Amino acid sequence: MSKPITDTLPPHTVSTERIALVGNPNAGKSSLFNLLTGLNQKVGNYPGVTVDKKVGTLHLPSGRSLQVVDLPGTYSIFPRSSDELVVADQLLNLKEESFQAIVVVVDATNLERNLLLCTQLIDLGLPIVLVLNMADLVQKRKISLNTEVLRRELGNIPIVQMNARRGEGLNTLKNKLDEVIDAPLGQFYDPHSAAAEAVSEVKYQLGCQNYYQAYLLLHYGDSLTFLSPAEKKLLQNCKDQFNFNAEALQVEETTQRYQQIDQIVAAAISTPEIGSSAFTEKLDQYVTHKVFGYLIFFGLLLLIFQAIFAWAAAPMDFIDLMFGKLGTWISETLPEGPLTDLLAEGIVPGIGGIVIFIPQIAILFAFITVLEESGYMARVVFMMDKLMRKVGLNGRSVVPLISGLACAIPAIMATRGIDDWKDRLITIFVTPFMSCSARLPVYVILIGLVVPEKTYLGVFNLAGLVLMGLYLLGFFMAISSAWVMKKLIRAKSQGFLIMELPAYRWPRWGNVGVTVLEKSRAFVFEAGKIILAVSIILWVLASYGPGDAMQQAEEQIIQLAQQDEALAESLDTRIESARLQESYAGQFGKWIEPVIRPLGYDWKIGIALITSFAAREVFVGTIATLYSIGDTDSESTIKSRLRNEINPETGGPRYTPAVAFSLLVFYAFAMQCMSTLAIVKQETRSWRWPLLQLLYMTIAAYVAALLVYQLMS
Amino acid sequence: MKTLAKMRPGERRVIQQLKPSSVSIKLLEMGLLPGKTVRFNFSAPFGDPISVQVAGYQLSLRLDEADLIEVA
Repeated sequence: MSKPITDTLPPHTVSTERIALVGNPNAGKSSLFNLLTGLNQKVGNYPGVTVDKKVGTLHLPSGRSLQVVDLPGTYSIFPRSSDELVVADQLLNLKEESFQAIVVVVDATNLERNLLLCTQLIDLGLPIVLVLNMADLVQKRKISLNTEVLRRELGNIPIVQMNARRGEGLNTLKNKLDEVIDAPLGQFYDPHSAAAEAVSEVKYQLGCQNYYQAYLLLHYGDSLTFLSPAEKKLLQNCKDQFNFNAEALQVEETTQRYQQIDQIVAAAISTPEIGSSAFTEKLDQYVTHKVFGYLIFFGLLLLIFQAIFAWAAAPMDFIDLMFGKLGTWISETLPEGPLTDLLAEGIVPGIGGIVIFIPQIAILFAFITVLEESGYMARVVFMMDKLMRKVGLNGRSVVPLISGLACAIPAIMATRGIDDWKDRLITIFVTPFMSCSARLPVYVILIGLVVPEKTYLGVFNLAGLVLMGLYLLGFFMAISSAWVMKKLIRAKSQGFLIMELPAYRWPRWGNVGVTVLEKSRAFVFEAGKIILAVSIILWVLASYGPGDAMQQAEEQIIQLAQQDEALAESLDTRIESARLQESYAGQFGKWIEPVIRPLGYDWKIGIALITSFAAREVFVGTIATLYSIGDTDSESTIKSRLRNEINPETGGPRYTPAVAFSLLVFYAFAMQCMSTLAIVKQETRSWRWPLLQLLYMTIAAYVAALLVYQLMS
Repeated sequence: MKTLAKMRPGERRVIQQLKPSSVSIKLLEMGLLPGKTVRFNFSAPFGDPISVQVAGYQLSLRLDEADLIEVA
């Protein structure tokens, strides 16, 4: 045997005392975390993965405070998703100071499956406190539970009975955490007898606490972040040298553990034979019914969509107004100069452009949390899985796709519920094709411009039909892109759906509130940074021009205005328009004209395409400024001004039906939203996907707009 | 041998063994072990996935996965 390489490890990083919460999904872990820490919590990210790292502070009766880390829910220590890998990564870490205690939260009505993870943690020799959650349900279902037997069978670990939703048992748990928690005495699986040489070698070489830790390192060494390349190589060599058959060992281990758990459960618990929950079974007959099930689901969707659209409108208008006023106040109060302009016209509207999404994000996540906490979301996945799988998506893609109709940003944040990485990526990639609410102002103006007022069969308004057609076009594009991606992306593993259908429960409003706060905060601070930066760049491009071209244009307008009274009346907006034409953005517009000419656009539309990259609805504002309308609130002014705009080449109107439909299709498909790119970067942890998405959507938009224009003109 | 995928609503059977696959461990973890009784609850509107009762809780899985579980 060679010299152990543990000698070269860095010294333990000093930190405050930490405890971790571990448990199965649906065991009530997040309720307990909120109960322990209140609002003293921070959500960050584990390095390199999009897994929420929730950390909070717990104050103990003795005055000590502990840091509480809420680890993602998992059914075992064998990681399969990035969430589960975080749990293994944290609990197996040899190099950081370990946790003072591991609070294992289990659903007491479902001990058998919940104890699997618990026995694995016991074998790791971790200082465990077992929380038997849902004590109320245990009583209600007349389950008799002997905690003394359970404690003894599990190696004398401390056990606390709780109802985390109501806060019962909290003090007992706090008092327990104030004591020193000893490592458990029991051992369930003996890896040394299963793979003696490999585990002995690893335990010695890496300085593991016990054989089970060494055994898990052998299993998952490749994916654990705290191991150095040398250590990973050593683990690989050990596996090869001693024929470590990972899969066979895991099957053997899981089977053995369940045999022992069966005996423990038999000794400690007697359950009257009434099945699980009669209420849940009855409700499921309706909720997953082939007619009622979909009716309920689409009813709920309608409500959510309506809420995001309608309820968010007032706070969004208010935010818009406030930031508008703030900008005006700044430009009037502070001394004139480029810095004031940057602040008033670049930074303040930029921050406003971030904050304005908060109402939609908050409303969507309030609904999603309620649906998840109540157990309904699992049924949606169950009902939609087959349909979605046909196009390369997954039952869990439904909610993000539908939410995309309101806004792609919260929708993409909502894809975190999809555990298969390929399915999640495809969902993120195609969601921006769903027609979001920012496209609506563009659609409304252009449709109003070229679609005649006609009604069919008394109720079907032609403009409304065109609008619906655009929404369907977006949906169709999303679905067909997903199908293409399904064929293109090769996944390491075949997707699967093995999912618990939890019993129905009332959601806890506290948890809903905390989630809404977290999601809004994450959006403002993560994606917000990028949005702000791009806003400032766009402002600079629209406010500055090469040489003194902008200055000259302004002076020319002023001179003209001295002779023309009509011009003098709208002088400010005329100047603004002339300056924008000469700015860098204007130059870009002229520069890209040859590229967009085949679509029927001129350089003015080009400027609008560039500025509306910040957000689609900016298109309307830019067009308004360019054609010197000034007041963008009144749609009819914009419409009539656009209608009168003459194409100098043909002498006819600029906005022919061909041009308008070409633009409509362009906006239906084009990415044209930097906030979406920012959130995709945040969620996929790389620039690769947002850039690919930008390229793909722009090409799709260009080709489609080209076809429409060429066919129609 | 009959598999979980071919059971009818309300039917109870005992799991015999799992065909080897990449999801075997996940299935074992969720409590689908040889010797356990499993009850078929109902299937989703298009016949897939299905809901079963095992180890005292309700689990859903796709037919592809249920077909790996041999019952008697």
